[in-house]
Amino acid sequence: MILLINDKPTESNAQTLASLVLELEIEGAFALALNENFVPKSQYADTFVNENDRIEIVAPMQGG
Amino acid sequence: MTTHNQAWSLADTLLQSRLLIGSALYPSPEIMRQAIQASESQVVTVSIRRQNIGDQSGQAFWQIIQSLGCHILPNTAGCRTAQESITTAQMAREIFGTNWVKLEVIGDDYTLQPDPFDLVKAAQVLIEDGFEVFPYASDDLVLCQRLVDVGCRIVMPWASPIGSGKGIMNPYNMELIRQRLPDTTLIVDAGIGKPSHAAQALEMGFDGVLLNSAVALADDPINMASAFKLAIEAGRLGYNSGTMPQREFATPSTPVLGTPFWHQG
Repeated sequence: MILLINDKPTESNAQTLASLVLELEIEGAFALALNENFVPKSQYADTFVNENDRIEIVAPMQGG
Repeated sequence: MTTHNQAWSLADTLLQSRLLIGSALYPSPEIMRQAIQASESQVVTVSIRRQNIGDQSGQAFWQIIQSLGCHILPNTAGCRTAQESITTAQMAREIFGTNWVKLEVIGDDYTLQPDPFDLVKAAQVLIEDGFEVFPYASDDLVLCQRLVDVGCRIVMPWASPIGSGKGIMNPYNMELIRQRLPDTTLIVDAGIGKPSHAAQALEMGFDGVLLNSAVALADDPINMASAFKLAIEAGRLGYNSGTMPQREFATPSTPVLGTPFWHQG
């Protein structure tokens, strides 16, 4: 299925956010939002993803 | 070096420095690190951004920031609605492991002026969710009051638009905010261009200053960071010492009595 990851259509076989994180090999400090809602890491395993879901993956960045 | 800094409390955290510093726009990560160290700031502002898969630059940056041992103040820069800023704050809280958030909700792209309506709305939601909200506000007294009304213990009115370096645009408004909110921690955020601007803010009784561009875009960011450290110390010491009243006319500071060649009419 296609997921919109950081606004880019991306093919994925993941069923949940936990498997998506493994599939994308995301490491280090990061956080996720699914369809504009924050999902804490503790809920990744129980959060299912569906076709055309919008997923934001963010990491630390310089800021003022 | 001798310092006149006295510990003060920011969100129940004891600090020596009254300078909060940003981590953006430096010529290099190493200059950023050295400038933040030279500033002796204990609070560093950071942000979050979309991560390209496989790009580890965010992790390298985060490691440098962690090595500085400062308190982290994540921001919601770039957000334009209450909902965007709330989600961004929640993601930042998980990444950085702090409940502090510099709440930015931009209402106008040209001036980067905050949207007062969504700012108050977002502040209220985030406070109810356990955040310590540091709202970036304009120098509007009523907006600052509303932020306090919804539970903000800290308010950060701008000196002038972000990155403009114009200093305190409207001293009357700023004095008024200080007078009317005596129990609120007030940090001047945005628009500071040079050390004298920061000293002026502290002389007015503001509790601290948050700045970024003025140091990062200086020809010599490391020395400019030291200059701001000293200016903020000077401003605070001046405020604590009580400034003399202004007078309309000259008054000699040297006693007139005993002046040679003085002939009284």
